[in-house]
Amino acid sequence: MIMITAVGSLAVMGATLGTLLGVASRYLHVEDDPLEQELLALLPGANCAQCGFVGCGQAAAALAKGEAGVTLCPPGGKAVAEKLAKKLGVSADLSEHEDKGPEYAVIEEDLCIGCTRCIRECTADAIFGAPKQMHSILRDNCHGCAKCFKVCPTEAIKMCKVPVTLGEWHWAKPEDASSLHAH
Amino acid sequence: MKLFTVRGGVHPEYRKERTAESAIVALPLPEALYLPLQQHIGAPALPVVAAGDLVKKGQLLARAGGAVSAPVHAPTSGRIAAISDMTAPHPSGLPQPTIILEPDGKDEWAELPEAIADPLNASPDVIRQRVAESGIVGMGGATFPSAVKLNLGTERKLETLLLNGAECEPYLTCDDRVMREFAAEIIDGARIMAHALGAPHTVIAIEENKPQALEIIRKAAAGLADVVVVSVPAQYPMGSERHLVQAITGQETPARKLTADLGVVVHNVATARAVHHAVRFGKPLLSRVVTVSGGAIAKPQNVEAPLGALVSDLVSFCGGLSVPPRRVVNGGPMMGQPLPSLAVPVVKGTSGILALTAEEANEQPAEPCIRCGTCVTICPCGLVPVEMSAFIRKENLEAAARLGVRDCVSCGSCSYICPAHIPLVHYFNYAKGRLNDLDREARKTDQIRQLVEGHNVRIEKLAQARAAAAAAVAAAAAAAETASTTENRGEA
Repeated sequence: MIMITAVGSLAVMGATLGTLLGVASRYLHVEDDPLEQELLALLPGANCAQCGFVGCGQAAAALAKGEAGVTLCPPGGKAVAEKLAKKLGVSADLSEHEDKGPEYAVIEEDLCIGCTRCIRECTADAIFGAPKQMHSILRDNCHGCAKCFKVCPTEAIKMCKVPVTLGEWHWAKPEDASSLHAH
Repeated sequence: MKLFTVRGGVHPEYRKERTAESAIVALPLPEALYLPLQQHIGAPALPVVAAGDLVKKGQLLARAGGAVSAPVHAPTSGRIAAISDMTAPHPSGLPQPTIILEPDGKDEWAELPEAIADPLNASPDVIRQRVAESGIVGMGGATFPSAVKLNLGTERKLETLLLNGAECEPYLTCDDRVMREFAAEIIDGARIMAHALGAPHTVIAIEENKPQALEIIRKAAAGLADVVVVSVPAQYPMGSERHLVQAITGQETPARKLTADLGVVVHNVATARAVHHAVRFGKPLLSRVVTVSGGAIAKPQNVEAPLGALVSDLVSFCGGLSVPPRRVVNGGPMMGQPLPSLAVPVVKGTSGILALTAEEANEQPAEPCIRCGTCVTICPCGLVPVEMSAFIRKENLEAAARLGVRDCVSCGSCSYICPAHIPLVHYFNYAKGRLNDLDREARKTDQIRQLVEGHNVRIEKLAQARAAAAAAVAAAAAAAETASTTENRGEA
């Protein structure tokens, strides 16, 4: 008898609250900005927070409202900045944009204590390891968001510049003599 | 044979007479050879020897590192001193892994693969394999692995093997000398390659400013119905693959397509000679002919150098520098790239070493564009250099890409002709490199997004599994509780 009362009352509560929530979601619905979704699709989605926002969603919202510049995403680099500028229809002066160049994280094996904090931070699954075992980073999957770098308690993680290879190297832009062109 | 006109181009002073009449001389064996693992386009080779190993001439030192790659062989017998980083013969001066070989002076051959008997009736695969194993790459300077290019006939119907003996760059005469001295080897190599490609016709194209080479090659090819030798006009950049094909077939290669899509595959004459050595004698690519020239070289000549010899070895063999050079260029003066130092090795793609005096380098400060349009008239690719460079200067690479900057072959005709000395081709090289960077960054961002999505799905599944497990535990506990309560009541 006691059991039936308990189950019955919980079921009634569940049904009532569920209905209320359903009604609320329909009538108190907040319009999602489609632009926000489009901007979000251009961002890497790793929620690394290097832009100063909590995650890519908030960054996209700020971009849509014009509260943030298109060059906000450090891991995305110039490529993302240009795409954002194009989507927003603004002409970003990217020549001033300081591209610090792509980076990747490396774990110094001697210092790693196997605490798994970095593994839990990594949204790209680039770090592998197990508790009390040494961790390692898959360089190809790392895009240098530096979240792991920030949580490591033993400073075993360092950020390295991705070295330029012979195949990727190219000439720098010729020095600008400002009036070379008629326009 | 009917020739077609190619638009644009320039007529620089050729200055080939300085080395054209001197026979190829072999470089005495240097004290050490420096063999970079990457002497070709594609994946670097992977070393199969270690420091301290004794190797013989022709022995494999590093195997191909992928489908598009080329092995490296020992140019002479000796000891591997080390495998370490060394400045690359590249304008960046970046270090790259290099095998250092100390010759023992004996020049003893290793056991070579057997010659392919009757290659003109052998299976094309056998020939391609031999070419791949011999480390042969495009010796005109592009250094694309030749075996990969010989594969083009498997998916397409090819009509013509076009052998490139145009050598349109000023100063360079290495192909000219090879054609004059080794005509029979070139013709044989060409017939083997045509057979491997399944191309019924072979055309050997030589610029008209090399009459001796034309005559010698014509004589060597006389009596071969499937080989035609043509004299093409001396017009820079006639030796560019796409433009040579246009001169022969009248067809323009579409953007981002291969000449093979028009049924034509182009190989350099020196590559044909290397194929001859590999197929007929089993010899891998161990040396190449290099033109050492320029106003600052005391005794300009063509040198057959073992791969890995230092540029400084070649320069001192040619009498050293008579005056300090303004710049030392790897390749020809039009498309060649400056060398970071003389202590870099000769590699498979080194066609020339030019020590240019200040007068020859003719560096002039850039002046304002006078909108004369000459660059537009002479661009052999039909592009608009003046507009493209203006966009690139303002960092508007997308607009430059729309105007076709990626189709620029970097021949340098526009920079050469510009009366205001604007470094046009420098802008295009920058833009092409930068556009590639952006593509790479975009690919990386896409890859990361996929990884993040995968991660999120995994985390969600884990959370669900955990919730389900917790619910199951809770249900079990509740059931146990009920059971015990009932029991208790029963007892009561």
